[in-house]
Amino acid sequence: MSYIELKNITKTFGNTVALDNLSLELEQNKIYGLLGRNGAGKTTLLNLITNKLFPTEGEILIDGDSVIENDRPLSKVYFMTEKNFYPDTMTIKSAFKWGREFYPDFDEDYAVRLSEKFSLKIEKKIKSLSTGYKSIFKIVMALSCNTPVILLDEPVLGLDANHRDLFYKELLQSYSEKPRTIIISTHLIEEAADIIEDVIVIKNGRIIMKDSVENVLSQGCCVSGSAAAVDKFTAGKNILGYDALGGLKTAYLLEEIETQAVPEGLEVSKLDLQKLFIYMTNS
Amino acid sequence: MKIDFNADKPIYIQLAEEIEDAVLSGAYEEEAQIPSTTEISVSYKINPATALKGINLLVDSGIVYKKRGLGMFVSSNAKEKISDKRRVAFFDAYITSLVSEAKKLSITKEDIIKMLERGFDK
Repeated sequence: MSYIELKNITKTFGNTVALDNLSLELEQNKIYGLLGRNGAGKTTLLNLITNKLFPTEGEILIDGDSVIENDRPLSKVYFMTEKNFYPDTMTIKSAFKWGREFYPDFDEDYAVRLSEKFSLKIEKKIKSLSTGYKSIFKIVMALSCNTPVILLDEPVLGLDANHRDLFYKELLQSYSEKPRTIIISTHLIEEAADIIEDVIVIKNGRIIMKDSVENVLSQGCCVSGSAAAVDKFTAGKNILGYDALGGLKTAYLLEEIETQAVPEGLEVSKLDLQKLFIYMTNS
Repeated sequence: MKIDFNADKPIYIQLAEEIEDAVLSGAYEEEAQIPSTTEISVSYKINPATALKGINLLVDSGIVYKKRGLGMFVSSNAKEKISDKRRVAFFDAYITSLVSEAKKLSITKEDIIKMLERGFDK
């Protein structure tokens, strides 16, 4: 059964159509990756789910309740966003104290422990933090609030490689212990590819793919060899794009290929999620 | 253990094979406990569902078994089971690709046999 439901959502800003009759159903306790190029509509989608924006048309339900001006479904969602909703002068420590006011299951002890792991000094004021540490503070809030849904918009913005690694591990640890519905919107596809279970690709305000990562990867492949042989073999197949280097050509396909069916001289290899995304959303 | 995220094999299959390798090498002894799905998920940074799928492959082939409330353990005859399974798969896994590469390089059957002998004498 779906936990979050978007029914025929359209969102326009003036003459710009940000989301175009988009429908989406999300199951409980899964990690979703929301992928899309800049301006595709990812953040608009997350803002609509959390009632920060109103849809022009359509309806959004969380656990059966409409999110419009409705506290009950909204208290089930934590939205980690680029924007900062905390007062400038607030310290991290007091933000943790306040966390419980908004999210009854907020785990302050865990928040403090997690801050220590990231060497986040909780006596500091939120506004004094660097970009990376602002992200870390928001990550800590998101993982500590214990809401059934967490929306993470670019969670690793400004984080160094060590902190990204730590974030992914802590996310999985927390998710394993307390399964939740998590949506990660990110441009760092390669890093998130193995963390997410299902992938949602959004392009020009529409969803062009929603499937398990495993299914997607089993379909995506590249076929390379001499241009003529590649063209002959891939004719009529679902081709996402080509690369050519002299007489050598590589076709990127979204179609499962039986190894026995591949003629000699052609090489078939796996397509990773990032490449697949690039070819699906080019142009 | 090492998982190659760019390899052609799905991650859950690689995970199962890695654990099998660890059993064959003695890193996980028979009747010893293997890491939990959560530990595997966190340490490889893979979705717990992927980790569980890999473990379930091993359960299905009788290489590990579940002790209720305790975790997953290596079966008492796991080594033998893994060797038996891999012997069956040996031809497809190694010989087919060996012959295909040899043909590309015009290496003859006799050459390969000589190389095999050299390999075994090493």
